[in-house]
Amino acid sequence: MSDVVKPVLQVNGLTKVFDRRLACQDISFTLHRGEVLGIVGESGSGKSTLLKCLAGLMPPDAGNITLSLPDREECDLWRLEEAERERLLPTILAIIHQNARDGLRLDVSAGGNISEPLMTNGHRHYGTLRSVAMEWLKNVEIDPARVDDLPQTFSGGMQQRLQIARGLVTHPQLVLMDEPTGGLDVSVQAKLLDLLRRLVREFNLAVVIVTHDLGVARLLSDRLMVMQSGRVIETGLSDRVLEDPRQPYTQLLVSSVLQV
Amino acid sequence: MPVLHVSNIGKQFVMHLRGGIRIPAISNLSFSVERGECVVLNGPSGAGKSSVLKMVYGTYETENGGILVRHGDRIIDIASADPLVMKQVRRTTVGYVSQFLRVVPRISARDLVAEPLLAEGEHHDVAISRAEALLDRLNVPESLWALPPATFSGGEQQRVNIARGFITQHPLLLLDEPSASLDARNRQIVIELINKKKAAGVTMLCIFHDAEMREAVADRFIEVSPLLSGQNGSEPSSDASKTPMPPSSRAQSTQKRRGYLSGIRT
Repeated sequence: MSDVVKPVLQVNGLTKVFDRRLACQDISFTLHRGEVLGIVGESGSGKSTLLKCLAGLMPPDAGNITLSLPDREECDLWRLEEAERERLLPTILAIIHQNARDGLRLDVSAGGNISEPLMTNGHRHYGTLRSVAMEWLKNVEIDPARVDDLPQTFSGGMQQRLQIARGLVTHPQLVLMDEPTGGLDVSVQAKLLDLLRRLVREFNLAVVIVTHDLGVARLLSDRLMVMQSGRVIETGLSDRVLEDPRQPYTQLLVSSVLQV
Repeated sequence: MPVLHVSNIGKQFVMHLRGGIRIPAISNLSFSVERGECVVLNGPSGAGKSSVLKMVYGTYETENGGILVRHGDRIIDIASADPLVMKQVRRTTVGYVSQFLRVVPRISARDLVAEPLLAEGEHHDVAISRAEALLDRLNVPESLWALPPATFSGGEQQRVNIARGFITQHPLLLLDEPSASLDARNRQIVIELINKKKAAGVTMLCIFHDAEMREAVADRFIEVSPLLSGQNGSEPSSDASKTPMPPSSRAQSTQKRRGYLSGIRT
């Protein structure tokens, strides 16, 4: 049962200070395979800082980020040698940015965008790379005939799906998403949510998703963490947090959702 | 050990945005339900019947008391269970069917019904054929199976929801008025499905307002009494009693009726 299996990710007492202001304060949580953890909270609550620490982009000032990976000793992300960390991360981690352009190479074809992470991980056979790229285009509902087109010729929703294909092609252990549906119109967003739900189940992904949108959070995540001023103020099953919010700020957040 | 053992549970809602007023929901309620038993919660609107079901499902936090369920070969106290354990409990042990279908944009009725089986790891083709058989049994026209239920009528959505709730072999089902807007013919089918579950040893804790439904399925009734004055048939007398649920769940219930966007907006 999953409650005895080691979590992929264990965060303990993570703290990050900017100019004496606590951006993240004593944050602890675990994440298992097949689990989606949603992080909600207002701008400036520390969500993105936390994500950057998890992604290996910004060192925390205190605390541990422990990864348990198959075929590997348990390791603390920020206690690895820098070279080791930079070698390890692309093989185990994918980051899906809010703006697809931050996660794509715009001067490289769609197929090139998908096969590049594979080449970084040592795959070289051109024919295989191309067929894997076509397979993944299909997987994210993009016509494989567009394999040689540049991402600039894609719509916003397609660019976002291409970014997801580029991120997931290496079968990462851990996926970090920063507002993946932000800035997309509602029908495009619905398609992306459906796709993400399917991929999480199919590949048994462990996902941390930062979002402003409580509907997205409820639909995608098993558990929610509510952040305010750098602290986790409430956490639990997504439906519990949203239907029976305990903290004043969570109640405010939930009651502020506009009805359509 | 009964399948479900509820002892001295209590809960109140604290409305921080309304000056911290406290609204008692459930106090000192205890009961047990045995294997294969169908127990109906009795009480006027606002007495907290739905709150009890949501506490057993873990959607509402239980402040006092314990909610013990048999999960595989273990006994779990839902009142204090870790969310990870709770996720497992929901996947294989406790199912919940409300009045409202939580539609997911773009997902067809067939896939929505098959989803709980797929989550248990069932083979795709098996899950789909079981889903189709149940939709057929509940008279959902075959022409609708491939469509997302957002545009379905209330009764059709409710039947998709029942199919989704009944497709698995969960030993404990929580039913919150799942047949509220069904016609007599389809209510009869729901009664048959419930009796079939009972015969298979499934335990059910339900809320039904419809007298025919209650008589047909209930083995026993449990009284849930309102805690606030003014809710026993008379007009609400205090400001607090006008809001027996927290703002979020009020929003949920009005919003779920809206269909399409309920999967996206909270």
